[in-house]
Amino acid sequence: MKKKDVVAMLLAGGQGKRLKGLTKTLAKPAVYFGGTYRIIDFPLSNCSHSGIDTVGVLTQYEPLVLHSYIGVGSDWDLDRLSGGVYVLPPHEREDGTTWYRGTADAIFRNLKFIDQYEPDHVLILSGDHIYKMDYDRMLAYHKEKQADCTISVIEVTLEEATRFGMINTDDRYRILEFEEKPISPKSTTASMGVYLFRWPLLRSYLLRNAELTDTSHDFGKDILPLMLREGRSLYAYPFDGYWKDVGTIQSLWEANMDLLTAQPKLNLNDPRWRIYTRNPNQPPQYISPQGIVRNSMISEGCAVSGEVVRSVLFYGVEVGEGSVITDSVIMPKARIGRNVRIHRAIITEDMEIGDHAVIGTPDAAEAEITLITGQDEEGLKLLQTSSLRTDQG
Amino acid sequence: MRELMGIINLDRERDVLNELTYYRCGAAVPFAGRYRLIDFIMSSMMHAGIQDIAIFVRRKYRSLMDHLGEGRPWDMNRKRGGLFILPPDWNDETDMSAGELRHINNNLDFFERGAASHIVHAGSQHLSTVDLNAVHAYHLEKKADVTLVYTRVPSPRPEHRFCYRLDVDEDGSVADIHYEQRHDCIYMEMFVMEKSLFLELAEHCIAHGGKHFFRDALMKNRHKLSIAAYEYKGYHAVINSLESYYRTSMNLLNPQTYDSLFGKRTVHTKIKYEVPAKYLDTADVSNALVANGCWIEGEVKNSILFRGVQVKRGASIHNSIIMQKCVIGENVRLENVILDKDVIISRDHQLQGDYRKPFVIAKDVSI
Repeated sequence: MKKKDVVAMLLAGGQGKRLKGLTKTLAKPAVYFGGTYRIIDFPLSNCSHSGIDTVGVLTQYEPLVLHSYIGVGSDWDLDRLSGGVYVLPPHEREDGTTWYRGTADAIFRNLKFIDQYEPDHVLILSGDHIYKMDYDRMLAYHKEKQADCTISVIEVTLEEATRFGMINTDDRYRILEFEEKPISPKSTTASMGVYLFRWPLLRSYLLRNAELTDTSHDFGKDILPLMLREGRSLYAYPFDGYWKDVGTIQSLWEANMDLLTAQPKLNLNDPRWRIYTRNPNQPPQYISPQGIVRNSMISEGCAVSGEVVRSVLFYGVEVGEGSVITDSVIMPKARIGRNVRIHRAIITEDMEIGDHAVIGTPDAAEAEITLITGQDEEGLKLLQTSSLRTDQG
Repeated sequence: MRELMGIINLDRERDVLNELTYYRCGAAVPFAGRYRLIDFIMSSMMHAGIQDIAIFVRRKYRSLMDHLGEGRPWDMNRKRGGLFILPPDWNDETDMSAGELRHINNNLDFFERGAASHIVHAGSQHLSTVDLNAVHAYHLEKKADVTLVYTRVPSPRPEHRFCYRLDVDEDGSVADIHYEQRHDCIYMEMFVMEKSLFLELAEHCIAHGGKHFFRDALMKNRHKLSIAAYEYKGYHAVINSLESYYRTSMNLLNPQTYDSLFGKRTVHTKIKYEVPAKYLDTADVSNALVANGCWIEGEVKNSILFRGVQVKRGASIHNSIIMQKCVIGENVRLENVILDKDVIISRDHQLQGDYRKPFVIAKDVSI
C-alpha cells in the first residue's frame, strides 16, 4: 500500500444522548445541520480540502444511516484509487472482544488499517463538531514544533469552559496541564477534539493502554494525560474560526440560527471551501404568491405558501398557506399544513404537522426549544393534539 | 436486462435561442433554475434503466461535455456501456454516408457493442416525463416495426410549427406523417425500434443517398413499415425558440405545471455543492423559483433564479430569468429580462423587455 504522510481517523460512533429524539435511530454525526448538511460533512469536507485522502470513519452507535450516507465517499471526493474513505465498524476478534470500549480503543482496534499506509502522523477527528479548518496548516505547525502531539484549541468564555476539556499552556503553546470540565477553570483555552499524533509514538501508547484494565480507553482521560506525565512534547494549535459543539438541542438550534445573520462567522458560501454533502437532487424551491420569507435559509425542493422568518428549511419542506414559522429549524421533507404556528422549534425529517397546530409558545422570546420527532413520546402527543385540533377546526 | 439503448441525436437541432445559443448548443441551455434541457431526456432514459446512451453532437458542444462529464449524475458511469458523447470525427475517405446518417455510419461500434435489442431515438427539445419502458412495452405489444411517440396539443403554438404531425388511425397505427398546421397530434421526435432494423434501414438509406433518418428512412417508407403511435399524456413542452423558452420557463411558476414536471420523478443534473438559498431581512420574494446558492436582499416577483444568483438591496426583478452566478446590483430594476450566466448588472441600472419578447443578455457581460 502506498505510504501516506497522514491518515485521518474520524470518531463517529457516539450517540449524542443529549440530542434526545434526534439521535434515537441515528448517530450524532448523521444529525442534520444548515439546511442540507449532516454534521459529518464538515470534517469530511475539511479532509478533502486539506489534501487528506485517507480517512477511516469509526462507527458504532446506530450506523445504518451513516454507512449508507458515506457510501464510497464520492460526494467528498474521497473515492480514491489509493486511500479514500473507509467505514470501520467494530468487529469480533479472536479474543472475543467486540464493541469499541473508548475512543483510544477504537483506534487501537484498527491498528492494521492505519499500519497499511505507514503514516508519519495520524489525525484524530470527531464527528460531533461544526467548523471549517485547514488540517494541512495544523500539520505544518505540528511538524514545525516537532511535536509528539498537537491539539487544536479554541478560546471560549469562562462559563463555557466548565463544559469542555480545558488546556493550560506556556506562552509558546506547549501544553502544561489538562482539566476535564473544570468547576473553576484556570484558562479559557478549550480542546476542539482534533488531535494530531506522530503515529509510531501513538501506536506504542495504544498498545500499552490496551493491556491495562483500570482505564476508560479514552484519549482525553487516559492517553493524553499519560503522554504529558511522561514528558512528551504536546502543543496547542490555536484556531480562531467558527467552531461549535452541537451536543444539545439548544446548541444545535443556535448553530442553525448563527447562519442567518448577514455575515455569519461560518461562511458556507466560500467557493474555495465548499461543504460537500450527499445531494438530494431536488428541483428549485418555490415561493408562492402568498409566501413570505425573511432572514431565512431555504433549500431546494421546498414549497412555501406561508410565512417563514428567522428559520432554516431543509430540502423538500412544504409550508401551507396561513402558516407562520419563526425561529425554527425544519428538517428534510417535513410537511407543515395550513394555519400552523411554529415558534422556536426543531421539526425532524418527514414529520407531518396537521392544520392549525401550534408548536412552541408563540412570541415567547426565551422559551426552551421544542423538539418534534416521530420517535418522541412528547412529539407524538403534540401531534395527536394538533390533529385533534384539525378535526375540531 | 438491457433491452433498450438510447440515442440522443442533436445533429439537426439548430441553435435558435439567440444569445443563449451563441456559445452552446440548444441541449446545453440552462433551464428551470438548475437544469440543462438535455437533463430531461437523460433522466427519462435513466428512469427506464437504460445504461448505454450515445449523444450525437456536431456544433458548440464544449459546454454540453462539461455538463455531462462521464455521466455520473444519471448513473451512466458504467463499466460496460454508459455514456458516449460522439462528435463528428470521420476520416474515412471512402465514407458514402451523408447528413445525420454519418453519425450512425461512423459509430457502428456503439450499436454493435451494446447488448440491448432495441433503441430509443430522441432529441432534447421536447420536454416530457415519458415512461420509455411503457413505450417499449407498447411497441412489443403492437408488434410494430417502429413506434413513434406523440402528444395531443389542442391549440398549436408557434413552437409547434416545425413539428411533424401524425395521423393516427383507430388501432393506433400511423396512417400519415405531415406538417398540416391545424392537426393536433404532435410527433415528439422520439421513436423506439429494433436495433437490427434501425441499422438495416440506415444502411439502405445511406446507399440511396439519404441524409435524414426520420424523413428518408421512416417517412418515405411509411407505407412499407408498420408504424405504431404511442400517445403520451403528461407534461409536454417544445423549446425551439427564445419565445417558447421564456414562456415554458414562466409556466413553471404555476404549481400544477411545476408538479407535473417534477412531482412524479426526479430530474437529475450535474451536482453543484451550493449552500441553501439565503433570504435577508429586506428580501421580498413571491411567485418565484429559486435555486440553492442564491443570496437575496431585494425584490423578486414572477421570476426564476438559478444557482448562486445575488440580488442586492433595493434591486427588483420582475418576470425575469436570471441564470447562474449573476449579480444584480443595488437598486437595479429588471423586467422581462433573461440574463445568461455570469452577467453582472451594476447599481441603479434598468433593463426592460417585453413579455412577448424578453430582453436577453449573453453570458459573461457586465453592465
